[in-house]
Amino acid sequence: MSAPLKPLPVWADVALIPLMNVVAAFVISGFVVLAIGENPLEAVQSLVLGALGDLEGIGYTLFYATSFIFTGLSVAICFHAGLFNIGTEGQAYIGGLGAALVALHFGFLPGYTLAIAAIIGAAVFGAAFAAIPAYLQAYRDSHIVITTIMFNYIASAIMGYVLVNVLRKPGQMNAETEPFRDTALVPQFHDILAHFGITWPVTPFNLSFILALLCCLAVWLLIWRTRFGYEIRTVGANPTAAVYGGISPARVTVITTLLSGALAGGVAANVILGDQHRLILEFVGGFGFVGIAVALMGRAHPVGIILAAILFGVLYQGGQALSIDMPKISRDMIVVIQGLVVLFAGALEHMFRRPVATLLARRTTQPPI
Amino acid sequence: MEGFDAFIVVFASGMRLAIPLILACLAGLWSERSGIVDIGLEGKILVGAFASAAVATFTGSMWLGLVAGVAAAIVVSLIHGYASIDQRANQIVSGTAINMVADGLTALIGNAIWSQGGRTPQLPETAQFREIALPFARQIGAAPIIGPIYEGLISGHNLIGYIAFAMVPITYWALYSTRFGLRLRAVGENPAAVDTAGISVRGLRYRAVVICGALVGLSGVYLALGQTGYFQPHMSAGRGFIALAALVFAKWRPWPALATCLLFGCLDAVAIRLQGVELPIIGPVPVQAIEALPYILTVVLLAGFIGKAIPPRASGIPYVKER
Repeated sequence: MSAPLKPLPVWADVALIPLMNVVAAFVISGFVVLAIGENPLEAVQSLVLGALGDLEGIGYTLFYATSFIFTGLSVAICFHAGLFNIGTEGQAYIGGLGAALVALHFGFLPGYTLAIAAIIGAAVFGAAFAAIPAYLQAYRDSHIVITTIMFNYIASAIMGYVLVNVLRKPGQMNAETEPFRDTALVPQFHDILAHFGITWPVTPFNLSFILALLCCLAVWLLIWRTRFGYEIRTVGANPTAAVYGGISPARVTVITTLLSGALAGGVAANVILGDQHRLILEFVGGFGFVGIAVALMGRAHPVGIILAAILFGVLYQGGQALSIDMPKISRDMIVVIQGLVVLFAGALEHMFRRPVATLLARRTTQPPI
Repeated sequence: MEGFDAFIVVFASGMRLAIPLILACLAGLWSERSGIVDIGLEGKILVGAFASAAVATFTGSMWLGLVAGVAAAIVVSLIHGYASIDQRANQIVSGTAINMVADGLTALIGNAIWSQGGRTPQLPETAQFREIALPFARQIGAAPIIGPIYEGLISGHNLIGYIAFAMVPITYWALYSTRFGLRLRAVGENPAAVDTAGISVRGLRYRAVVICGALVGLSGVYLALGQTGYFQPHMSAGRGFIALAALVFAKWRPWPALATCLLFGCLDAVAIRLQGVELPIIGPVPVQAIEALPYILTVVLLAGFIGKAIPPRASGIPYVKER
């Protein structure tokens, strides 16, 4: 039925096909909006204005994008090793526990070293929570997809128990900790800019964004510029060949998954230390799953992930404005778009490959004039 | 006797909670036994529940609701099938996409039509599947031991509940005693051998995916038209993933799947019953621990501490015909 495909030119492979996949997802989303009885173009206008129309919108957009960069990197680094970590959601959630424990109990640390320690706490807890699925995948042959799905629910149960029974502020009805002290917080940009006399509307956009960008750089260096990154990519491409080359896939699996969990902890730095300033229930709110869409859309490359994360930031912030302008389009629309992106950029990524290859082949076989 | 009565009450509620799990778990079993990994059960439950509630609301007929719920879930299943079988996609990615789209789309459309945050209006009792009292339930119920078992456990489920329990032996029979079942299991273990015998791998897998859609759709119909009488966003509440856990726990076999789903259903019933209860020594019961138990048990099983859960060998691997 199918002849082997000719390799596509690089530009088609890197830009055209991914673009077509994403466009397909958005075109179908447009039809969904149409079916609901609203004008898709007006919806896009409302969405973009809400996300990028003023400084406040931009602040929120970048705040969301920060979380998505962390979760996108977390999923992507595992992709490179051929692993599918669905547990980013749970790892980020447990990362919040690490951040909160440090922020509440390490008050003796001087100045902003407390905030740094809390961020490290988030990363360590995220990594620790990824450790068991990592070990089971590497040494006990149990599939990381299933174990991480289970661990998402286990995380939810643990956090529910801890927040209600252990960490809840005495005499408080809501399941949340007491507020952290100021030195445990990641500074927000409007405060920093105020020091320089620049007024910026109050948004939760905070320094975690810089940390996220640094993580992108670090992941890029790790994957493409270090020996271990080479090992990760080799295991991802062909574990058997990796063994032949003297690489231990089990070791690579464990370390990569731990790094993935640590990156997931970045969400806690952004949301808990940068915005909420206390630990609350369900603060991850599905951002771990957005990471899957971001990683697929960004093709697991840090630059792609930044772009995809900003796009999803626009969708999340703009979706709020949209749901006010057009009450029929609730914020669930964003989840639909996210799912369609995963479907077209992930599951059906090769759907356009054959037509494009045929088209390009036909063009190149024509005699040059 | 009091302990026995309490047991009957908890087990009866456990059975009711297990019914959607059994249907979803058997759905996953059919799919995965044919080599198609399905983590999209959660999303398909939602689609089945929404479609059935929406159609039942418009038509006032639970039967049309049932048909719509099952049909919608089959369509979604076929999308997963197309991606997995024809596009040779990563089946985990495809399942994840289906969960997201289903979760968003059902809430979005529900909200757009009824403007109640995605909830559909409460259905009248005539448009719901009501509990069926088996003959003489009242009379036999008075007898000791057998009475409560008959009246409390065997009688009093709705039609879909009885279908769920009947599907277990039917699945067992179909998988292990029919030619179709043999071929289906073979295609999940060694599709190349099936292909060599001149049987279409693609055709078998598509049929398995359709069966999966029908069963998981019923699971959604049970939630909407049997248990509650309305659709509410995210109402599947992780049941698709618990069913997946049960499937692993049951090592992809029908009777153990029934037992596991009943176990998980009863755990849920116990957790609900013990909410806020103070026990001697332990103090308040950590309900979260009981709720997390299905997941923890499955991980322990996967770790190889209680036997070994080995999935069908070809599951998750797209079949590429040899040229």
